[in-house]
Amino acid sequence: MTKIKLGFIVNPVAGLGGSVGLKGTDNKVDEALKRGASPMANIRAKAALSELVHLKDRLLIVTGKNELGEASARELGFDVCVLENGHKGTAEDTVELAARLAEEKVKMILFAGGDGTAVDIYKGVKNNFPCLGIPAGVKIHSPVYARSPKAAGELAGLFLEGRENNIKELEVLDIDEELYRQSIISTKLFGYLQVPYKKIYTQNRKSPTPVSEKDNIRSIALKVIEQMEPDTYYLIGAGTTTRGIMQELELPFTLIGVDIIRNKKLVAQDVYGKKIMDIIRGKRSKLILTITGGQGFLFGRGNQQITPEVIREVGKENIIIIATNEKMMALMGEPILTDTSDKKLDEEIAGYYRVISGYHETVIAKVAVP
Amino acid sequence: MNNMKRIDRSQKVRHGFHEAKWDEPIIYELSCPGERGVLVPKADKKIAEEVGEGTTALPASLRRKESVNLPELSQSRVLRHYMRLSQMTLGADVNIEIGQGTCTMKYSPKVNEQLSRTLFDLHPLQDESTVQGILEIYHETDKYMQEISGMKRFTFQPGGGSQGLFTMASVVKAYFDSVGSDRDEFITTIYSHPSDAAAPTLKGYKIIYLQPDPVTGLPTMEAFKAACTERTAGFIQANPEDTGLYNGHIKEFTDYAHKMGALCCYDQANGNAVLGVARAKEAGFDMCHFNLHKTFSTPHGCGGPACGATGVREGLEKYLPAPIVDFDGKNYFLNYDLEDKEYGVHKVRSFYGVAPVVFKTYCWIRSMGPEGLYQVTKTAVLNNNYMYKRMLEIPGVSAYYIDGNNQRVEQCRYTMEKIFNDTGVSTGDVQRRMMDFGMHYWTSHHPYFLPEPITLEPTETPSKADIDEYVDTLAYVLNECYTNPEYVKSAPHNSTMHQIDESGMDDPDKWAITWKTYLRKYK
Repeated sequence: MTKIKLGFIVNPVAGLGGSVGLKGTDNKVDEALKRGASPMANIRAKAALSELVHLKDRLLIVTGKNELGEASARELGFDVCVLENGHKGTAEDTVELAARLAEEKVKMILFAGGDGTAVDIYKGVKNNFPCLGIPAGVKIHSPVYARSPKAAGELAGLFLEGRENNIKELEVLDIDEELYRQSIISTKLFGYLQVPYKKIYTQNRKSPTPVSEKDNIRSIALKVIEQMEPDTYYLIGAGTTTRGIMQELELPFTLIGVDIIRNKKLVAQDVYGKKIMDIIRGKRSKLILTITGGQGFLFGRGNQQITPEVIREVGKENIIIIATNEKMMALMGEPILTDTSDKKLDEEIAGYYRVISGYHETVIAKVAVP
Repeated sequence: MNNMKRIDRSQKVRHGFHEAKWDEPIIYELSCPGERGVLVPKADKKIAEEVGEGTTALPASLRRKESVNLPELSQSRVLRHYMRLSQMTLGADVNIEIGQGTCTMKYSPKVNEQLSRTLFDLHPLQDESTVQGILEIYHETDKYMQEISGMKRFTFQPGGGSQGLFTMASVVKAYFDSVGSDRDEFITTIYSHPSDAAAPTLKGYKIIYLQPDPVTGLPTMEAFKAACTERTAGFIQANPEDTGLYNGHIKEFTDYAHKMGALCCYDQANGNAVLGVARAKEAGFDMCHFNLHKTFSTPHGCGGPACGATGVREGLEKYLPAPIVDFDGKNYFLNYDLEDKEYGVHKVRSFYGVAPVVFKTYCWIRSMGPEGLYQVTKTAVLNNNYMYKRMLEIPGVSAYYIDGNNQRVEQCRYTMEKIFNDTGVSTGDVQRRMMDFGMHYWTSHHPYFLPEPITLEPTETPSKADIDEYVDTLAYVLNECYTNPEYVKSAPHNSTMHQIDESGMDDPDKWAITWKTYLRKYK
């Protein structure tokens, strides 16, 4: 019987900074160890793996050397295949190892770390490979992490056995640690990882299964396309929801950048600030954005390419906000935030918007300055 | 000396409960070729000569060429089969039905059911002159509904909640069509029942949702003004919503909507909160609907008895579906002349409402009287607020929108978010574990908006002891989430069925809804 291959990566230094008050471990490993931090990542990774022990005979764990995964997996008695690469658990090691695992065609990658680790995994596999995070870092903003190591192990087990096949694209976020140490939170959207998730089945006969996120995104895209006006430049912002429009139009798309279309044809791809201005100055243009950055940002988290100058040129009345029902509900009635780095502009943008959440559905939402 | 002791009843939680499990096959699997429950005698020779065999009365083209595939069983086996199945349920008549929040699971008096069975021989196509009695009851019930809501006229044609909402959306459409307006938007709230958006969508309207204010849980007037324009045809919402929160400023909303030229529709599925206290008319609504199976106890039956009450204010009667049961001072009759022949809704369903359901509504209202109806709401609200206090004493249980100014009315959506974060045990797990104690705990939390919700509605039915037993059992299970989470997650243990593999639920290839498909798909 061919064994199911599970990719496994531990960032052995993840979480080191937290216990000694360093708010993250980026560039601070030596300092953390000096302060007496004890490595926890492998302990947490092991807690996740121990949820898979019942599948031991059917699993082959493909991983990095020693503390990059091998040690934990062997300790629990799994069959292990070690890929030779770097040794020290640097960011580059993680990126390289993730890429190698994808080439090895493992069924999924289970990784232990923090926000920084998720970014490295993303750099290695982009958004075309199932991955799931075991929370072991100081900062966990990315939703790609399970609630606990145990929950990560359980979910991975269900996915490996084929009992859960649902995949969601979730945001890979990290905050700037240098700023975070000064108590300034600035989240950046790096990209999206494909993450298995456990579907909640409800037994309510009154409501059919809600439309899938994929269908929701498509229904939004169809609405936006239907409303498109001729000869108008449409700036398509970052995110999986906005991507739906480009997919529907069969156009290439930059997931975490801005593309411009006109008359349903691509004008420019992955453009920013000045470049955008060169195209739209003095022309009729509209901006299509979704909310990003975990906390519901319109500007300032993942849409930095859209500078205040661009927003002024487009005009407040030409901002089209789109978001899935799930995303709107996650806001819990809190306003959508704008942080363009231009305070006056933020105040001008603030107010009520009709967010397109489906083909014939909108949600009235307030945009406010944080 | 008598050393015998009475049975100890100090323990409220029913640890000894175990549901029946009969391993009963599907009825087709029990079929035994040739076995018969009823042997239908052939017609006597004389009768056959006169009118033929029974089937010959049917035209040849309507007669089956092959016999229908029905299971072949004796009467006693059929009876045993269904008795066994009935024991493997956890219905309203055996458990303390509090956990099915939003459904108003009050006691439905058996006497009303008994009385309504006398109507089973009636047919809606009978000549009016032969059914004057039941027509009178329709007409009287209409009048009671008018009094309860302040509306001018009711129809019982729409089948329950969603059709009631659909009828209201249809009336709005008919009204604007008749005045030549092309308004195409409907406003509702996130916490309203999903059908409040679905019904106008079916009529081609675009839906605009209002979000709850993060503090009060209610939509704000500011957001409503941003939503309501000259494009708005209707505003539809439940009040209280399933959070149990009542929008005391609703009149400002309806006033503003009227100012903008829109009509206002009141989803009164949660009507148990307002009987004799507040009326749709005074709240500024142009129409409303009631679920007879909820507020009026008729009772629920497989999700509803397919009969609701939908009413409109003066001036909109002509848009109601026809016929309306009317009285000319001498006779009761089916009035088809009231409707606007060009723009009226005409029909949303056959006939004019399910007679036994309207009859049970009538019986219940009559047995309560006006004071009794008011008492129903007072008791339901009191029960809920007692329960609310007890629920919030359970460690890890909370509710959103506790701002100090807004009391819960007749139900509440709690959250066990903290317990989930601490233990990984979800509200779905708790649902299954509650069954181990013979308790129903439903999952009616739609739209799924608050994390790890628990939606409970006691109604006026349970005694204080019943509420205590339910809360004690729930508290026991929620404590178990900390002490023995795996046991809760692997529940039910004392139920007919244990956990099943749900992975096929989204895969139509695995579905077998009929015996024939089952045989085809499963070898």
